[in-house]
Amino acid sequence: MRNRFVAQRVGFALLTLAALVVVIPILTIVATIFIRGAAAINWEFLTAMPRDGMRAGGIFPAIVGTIVLTLGTAIVAIPLGVGGAIYLSEYARDTWLTRSIRLAIINLAGIPSVVYGLFGLGLFVLLMGFGTSIVAGSLTLAIMTLPVIISTAEEALRAVPTEFRTVSASLGGTRWQGIRYIVLPQALPGIITGVILGLLRAAGETAPILFTVAAFYLPRLPRSPLDQTMALPYHLYVVSTQVPGMPAKIQFGTALVLLALVLSLNIGATMIRSYFRRRRQW
Amino acid sequence: MSEPKIQIQNVSYAYGDQQVLRNITLDIPARAITVLFGPAGGGKTTLLRLLNRLNDLVEDGRMTGRILLDGADIYAPGFDVPGLRRRVGMVFALPLPLPGTIRENVTYGPKLAGLRDHARLDEIVERSLRQAALWDEVKDRLDSPANALSGGQQQRLCIARSLALEPEVLLLDEPTSGLDPISTAKVEGSLLILREQYTVVIVPHSVQQASRIADYAAFFLMGELVEHQPGKRIFTTPVDKRTEDYVTGRFG
Repeated sequence: MRNRFVAQRVGFALLTLAALVVVIPILTIVATIFIRGAAAINWEFLTAMPRDGMRAGGIFPAIVGTIVLTLGTAIVAIPLGVGGAIYLSEYARDTWLTRSIRLAIINLAGIPSVVYGLFGLGLFVLLMGFGTSIVAGSLTLAIMTLPVIISTAEEALRAVPTEFRTVSASLGGTRWQGIRYIVLPQALPGIITGVILGLLRAAGETAPILFTVAAFYLPRLPRSPLDQTMALPYHLYVVSTQVPGMPAKIQFGTALVLLALVLSLNIGATMIRSYFRRRRQW
Repeated sequence: MSEPKIQIQNVSYAYGDQQVLRNITLDIPARAITVLFGPAGGGKTTLLRLLNRLNDLVEDGRMTGRILLDGADIYAPGFDVPGLRRRVGMVFALPLPLPGTIRENVTYGPKLAGLRDHARLDEIVERSLRQAALWDEVKDRLDSPANALSGGQQQRLCIARSLALEPEVLLLDEPTSGLDPISTAKVEGSLLILREQYTVVIVPHSVQQASRIADYAAFFLMGELVEHQPGKRIFTTPVDKRTEDYVTGRFG
């Protein structure tokens, strides 16, 4: 008896330690960025154009650029990703073709982001002639985001019990009506989670936008979808490594803004998700 | 006896290489309760699901033979399957309310069929719930979640949900298997009323239940239709030795 009790205590201690090992570095990073970046944050920093070779002024165009790119990614990736997931989960039969599509999706999720960047450069910038533009950048980010959205959305759809589809069919529903009125609403919280995870990654990536959209220094807002734009992750890279004599508070300030943007997206998603969870249950 | 509502002609069915039904031929009369009974694994549920083509959703099932509803082959190419399922409703062994309120459950089918008129929908809700003997228990909370109902109430809600479409045929697959005796009596009571108007085909959950409600009864054993007879004769004077062994409780 005594032995088992001790083993349990040791087990709990180890698990707690494992959790701390994960949490402490994250908290340290966030705290450092917050403490050192907070000094840079003021109205001008958030709303003004950069000046003085980016050593002064604000980061407004980078903030707008990241928001625009994330929206562009969402517009392309959500319908394609959720549509693909619906096809795979609800319509596709289990053949070698669908199995290889699934395998490809899983593998795509593991491809380094710089490869997506080069792919986007080749396909969207050069071959399709969008040039270095918001369109090309959004499409590249969308391609990178698709695997995450498809696989989490498919999982969420599969978690809805088959019996609901059968009941819907038995009441004269077509397959699509069952999906539209029963399966999708039930799977929505899970789908939203996948979409947000994918978009968060897209918002923070540097490599895919490096060759496809990001401007080193462009002290104005983009004028059209075919325009270049600054973006926070790339701007962070630039101010951290490419410009000599850069004040540290601008570097940390930029990091803080990117972090806050991503976190608020995350919190918003959690709220939407729990709202839908409360509304729909079985 | 008038023209049978459903004619099952030489139907065989297999899942993959597993033969589930062997050459079944059976007429199902209109406005009566037909009971399909026998030990588990006899193919009763499969036959039931063939009658409204729910087995279309099963990937590697294969059927041969014909099933006629009012003389029309329901497996003919181009047959309107959602329309068929509106005419031939189904109630499952486990009551499964759809997510949402009691009212939404009842109106789901009619709404999919394109009915939008609120007054009509309200009429349908009241009529179906009355037919399923549930109205008095839920009339004050139609807009509360359906999954808050008790098991017996949920099953009667599922019956009401099917009746909302005013089907011609109602299929029930062991509808009382999860219910207590009082709820079972209520469900059986409403079935006895429903047969005045509807053609009812039921897989009962016990021989006793079969003998209580049967107008016609068919005994299934390992995918074969052993015998079928009008009325309750099959329970008192079965022709086949195997039926006799089963109804007298020698196996089962």
